[in-house]
Amino acid sequence: MSELSAAGPAASPDGDTIWTERTSLGSAVPRWVSMLILLVGFLGLWQLVTSAGIVSPLILPSPAATIVDLGFVGRSLLSGSYMLAAFWVTAQEVIWGFVVALAIGVSLGILVGETSIGERAVMPYIVAIDTMPKLAFAPLFVAWLGFGISSKVALAAFISVFPIVVGTAAGLHAADENARMLFKSIGASRLQTLLKLKIPTGLPQFFTGLKIAAISVVSGAIAGEFLGGGRGFGELIRVAAAQLDTPRVFSLIIYLSFLGLLMFGMVSWMQYKFVFWHRTSGDIASRAGK
Amino acid sequence: MSATITAGSELRPPIYELSNVSKHYGDRAVVALEGVDLKLRKGEFHSVIGSSGCGKSTLLKIMAGLTPPSKGRVILSGTPVMGARPDIGMMFQQATLFPWRTTLQNILLPIEIREGQAAADAARPRATALLELVGLKGFESSYPSQLSGGMAQRAAICRMLVSEPEVLLLDEPFSALDEITRDFMNMELQRICMERNATAFLVTHSISEAVILSDVVHVMSARPGRVVRTVEIDLPRPRALEMTTLPAFGEHVSTIRNLLDKGAFL
Repeated sequence: MSELSAAGPAASPDGDTIWTERTSLGSAVPRWVSMLILLVGFLGLWQLVTSAGIVSPLILPSPAATIVDLGFVGRSLLSGSYMLAAFWVTAQEVIWGFVVALAIGVSLGILVGETSIGERAVMPYIVAIDTMPKLAFAPLFVAWLGFGISSKVALAAFISVFPIVVGTAAGLHAADENARMLFKSIGASRLQTLLKLKIPTGLPQFFTGLKIAAISVVSGAIAGEFLGGGRGFGELIRVAAAQLDTPRVFSLIIYLSFLGLLMFGMVSWMQYKFVFWHRTSGDIASRAGK
Repeated sequence: MSATITAGSELRPPIYELSNVSKHYGDRAVVALEGVDLKLRKGEFHSVIGSSGCGKSTLLKIMAGLTPPSKGRVILSGTPVMGARPDIGMMFQQATLFPWRTTLQNILLPIEIREGQAAADAARPRATALLELVGLKGFESSYPSQLSGGMAQRAAICRMLVSEPEVLLLDEPFSALDEITRDFMNMELQRICMERNATAFLVTHSISEAVILSDVVHVMSARPGRVVRTVEIDLPRPRALEMTTLPAFGEHVSTIRNLLDKGAFL
């Protein structure tokens, strides 16, 4: 028996350990169990509120009704009906919106992050436009590009381009003074410094911007459909809401969220692959990889 | 023993020479350096010591060709220094290894930048030999996140040496390390410099570090930054940490401390 435990006020059964780390109840339960408990509790409360008649089903459908409709919409999507066509329209808007935002965002980001004229003259305008309520531009995009897919692509790209510009520019500024001095001392050219120092150093910031863009691009596409019509999922939601078919609205939103999740997951996976030296515990992909 | 070193060095011409180097910022308003003269002979180890803001780092940048002096000139191996040169190796307080490169790729970076990927591939055996020299054999394909602070600075030593520079410029290379590691790394640095007969110039805040490593210590004062006194350290080589207890060591340290104290009140 050690001196410390001998001096202690009380000895535990094994006689040696008198004081141990107490593990909290929460950390002992696996993550998926606690998530499941929360979900079941939430759905139970929701069902209680609706079946007790506290809220009208026209305003808030019961979870049971939503799940039934979720199955219906799912079968409809799988059978390749008009719903699948609508989903595909929205998916195209999202993908093209993201591609356009990526191309413009990276170009502007390099202009702002790498050139002094870009930083001094262009950046203030980018910040100014970023502070504007961007959805207000939707009618303009419809007027310029019509009611087809391109006005939605434009709005989706417009909303999601800013985080990419900011992420790219901030990333190019991320290399510290020591690293810059080292590159200078080994005689690196500006292009070499950009390619071998600034771009790899800035990748984490770039991907942070890209993740924000991947989520907001879906909102942009749906907002475009709400405000400019078309044949996408946003139109289905609008029609269902107009018919007070709230279970349908909910199930459409849930299927739509898969699109956002898919975009976010894709960007996270790319970050995991390319920025292998900077894997944070917050990455969905890194958690899945464990 | 010290006499022979000094006598021998008098015969050799300096390979690195600064004459009347000054640096002002903003239309002479701020004088960072004024009239600095330095002469380094092949194989000599010099240190510069001074309080913060005395222009040590500016001096080092000028010597490295990273910033031009306002006045005066720097000559290395007979040619003026005007821009970064492959015969100058530099090391900083931070190891600055890049996390996306393996240790070997980090070390080969100067070759890759100057001569291209093919030359870097060809220099692999040399880089591997350097890793062995600093005791990092077997860490070639490790990433910097797998190295400790001391190991990272060893890798930085290799990166400095890989292009076989004529002179080494060291900007407080081990000051971010803990004292035990730092002392050890200083002795490693001495061993490497002696093995390669390297000419080195060290910027430091530590008096004892300057004395234990150097043949010559330059004491700088601030505003304007100028060398107020040059102290020759006549301790025998190779130096060992035990020498810090010698009376001669203590005398050098107190001489330099007195100079620095006076400088601070000027």
